[in-house]
Amino acid sequence: MKKTGAQIVLQSLQIEGVKAVFGYPGGAVINLYDELPNYEVEHYLVRHEQAAVHAADGYARATGEVGVALVTSGPGATNTVTGLATAYMDSISVVVFTGQVPTALIGNDAFQEADIVGITRPCTKHNYLVKDVKELPRIIKEAFHIARSGRPGPVLIDLPKDVLVDATVFEYPETVSLRGYSPTYEGHPGQLRKAVRALLKAKRPVFYVGGGAILSNAAEVITELAIRLQIPVTTTLMGLGAFPESHDLSLGMLGMHGTYRANMAVTESDVLVAIGARFDDRVTGRIDEFAPDAKIIHIDIDPTSISKNVKVHIPIVGDVHDVMDKMMMAVNEMSEEAQKFAISHDEWLAKVTKWKEMHKLNYIQEEVIKPQYVVEKICELTRGLEPIISTEVGQNQMWAAQFYEYTKPRTWLSSGGLGTMGYGFPAALGAQVAFPDRLIIDIAGDGSIQMNSQELATAVQYQLPVKIIILNNGYLGMVRQWQELFFRKNYSATEMSVVPDFVKLAEAYGAVGLRATHPREVESTLKKAFSINKPVLVDFVVAGEENVYPMVPAGQPISKMLLV
Amino acid sequence: MRHVIGVLVENEFGVLSRISGLFSGRGFNIESLTVAESNDPEISRMTIVTLGDDQIIEQITKQLNKLINVIKVIDFTDTDHVTRGLMLVKVSVEGSKRLEVLKLIEVFRARVIDMAAKSAIIEITGNEMKLKAFLDVLAPYGIKEVNNTGIVAMNREVKARSRYKIKVV
Repeated sequence: MKKTGAQIVLQSLQIEGVKAVFGYPGGAVINLYDELPNYEVEHYLVRHEQAAVHAADGYARATGEVGVALVTSGPGATNTVTGLATAYMDSISVVVFTGQVPTALIGNDAFQEADIVGITRPCTKHNYLVKDVKELPRIIKEAFHIARSGRPGPVLIDLPKDVLVDATVFEYPETVSLRGYSPTYEGHPGQLRKAVRALLKAKRPVFYVGGGAILSNAAEVITELAIRLQIPVTTTLMGLGAFPESHDLSLGMLGMHGTYRANMAVTESDVLVAIGARFDDRVTGRIDEFAPDAKIIHIDIDPTSISKNVKVHIPIVGDVHDVMDKMMMAVNEMSEEAQKFAISHDEWLAKVTKWKEMHKLNYIQEEVIKPQYVVEKICELTRGLEPIISTEVGQNQMWAAQFYEYTKPRTWLSSGGLGTMGYGFPAALGAQVAFPDRLIIDIAGDGSIQMNSQELATAVQYQLPVKIIILNNGYLGMVRQWQELFFRKNYSATEMSVVPDFVKLAEAYGAVGLRATHPREVESTLKKAFSINKPVLVDFVVAGEENVYPMVPAGQPISKMLLV
Repeated sequence: MRHVIGVLVENEFGVLSRISGLFSGRGFNIESLTVAESNDPEISRMTIVTLGDDQIIEQITKQLNKLINVIKVIDFTDTDHVTRGLMLVKVSVEGSKRLEVLKLIEVFRARVIDMAAKSAIIEITGNEMKLKAFLDVLAPYGIKEVNNTGIVAMNREVKARSRYKIKVV
């Protein structure tokens, strides 16, 4: 029996195991929406297409599965660009379906036409314009394969209206055949041997763990190996949760707002193992003074990441999980003597411990609520609950990274690469769809929450009890901080002189709004928020001009930090 | 350094744009780019001439390989290869200059493909050095127009001596 393109899309989603789709209908995809109720895929109507992609992205980060969004042509499609670029920079597997005008009209400047394949070429891992319904099953199969394999990323499929209407015999391919695409999963044995040898000789080793460790589900083996060889571990913003921060060997986050101990340890290391990390400029600071004495071992599935920013001595292209497993095996096979030698770097550990005691993450408690205090309290009150924390971008993001103790992978959703304000709330909704019973918290600022606050309607409609914590300082805080430190306190356009009454805003949507203005209200307000099984927005009125420290000024080496 | 890079790609719409977009988006330089279908109608062959230090060239080849539609990337530099480009030159041939130009054409093994009262169109093929040399000698006569196809390249067959490392004196 023949099936229409619309039916094929939905049937294929079912075969791919897709349970949730975040979307927004329109003329070009109306045939698809017409079929939607006949399939098991659950659709969540967002209030802006950007949020659909962020929600799919949050769903993907929290679960490790592919997130899916569905939007119409023209403006529906162009609104997905920020979501796609966000997912692309952080290597998140998302498949976005966009409607398109009928094939006969493409190029005619038809109503709601946009060349979305052209527009999104640089911000997708790959994209497709389907010109014939017969190609549709193959393309969907390929899209999911490309999105989730190798270095993951977003894939867009543009669906002209006639392709959705046309019918063909449906047969979903079992396998994918792409001669130009075969990611390397297994690390080269010779390189692996070299790396293990260097690691065992190290006197001042450090593991520098990035988002790739989370994506390849390698947190467990990394943790095991680090403890086995007594190697201190720092994670990037994207790697938070890959190593338990409660462990003695944890150095916390490194980079521009990293901890003193992490930045010092990396700078003085003699062997630095970069695991699924890409030497981003926010991590390395001034590049020629980054880990100047270290032999660098770099494990990454994407060859383009290797030797892009820093010269790597021992590159290993492969899946982080596979490579770390093999390193573990190599260590296990060694003589007891060699193993003893490997962990004989007490002096180094003593030094790291000393750094740990110096310049701890800190702030001064005052009569006003300090934003750091709110995050600390969230951490304290949710211990053992394993909530998922999402963030917006800016100071709120950095405080959420610094003052919450992450111990498990996939509990931290944040736009690291692109730095997308407005990401956190829809991402939290995506995570809540995936885990209806878990506590999902979006740590936000008064600026960034306004970039997607319309999604309160989505949260209420689908009863997604996400907790939004606004650290409301009345400023676009991170830009204000730069203006204070480097631009003579010229607070140009960073004061949020008009914001909505956030409590009333939440209530207007049918959510719960709470507010706290004094430190002694913080704990009780949070407890109350967490106890309500509804979407709750909490407006914490915090100190206006608090800064994120430590801070490495742009262009400085990471060992030169401004401290509290 | 200058590199000649061959790229085998799926013969599909949008592939050229992916490649040129990669170069412009990452700030890589393109000196010339040629593209046409290969002997396999499903595969197109591109030749890109680009400039960059070793690190940039490494990034260029890796980034090209990363594209889903790219099947193979060949850096011809440091291999035994031939390059050719085709160029049309419109040069002024008024009066006594005509014979001189014809003489030069003979020396360079170029061909006249159109001769008019004031100018001639000359076709020449060769590697970049030869093409450049030809333009240099024509310059004094007045070059009116140049159209250059850009370079195509191909590896020579691996020769016995290089295979068995027999030194030929």
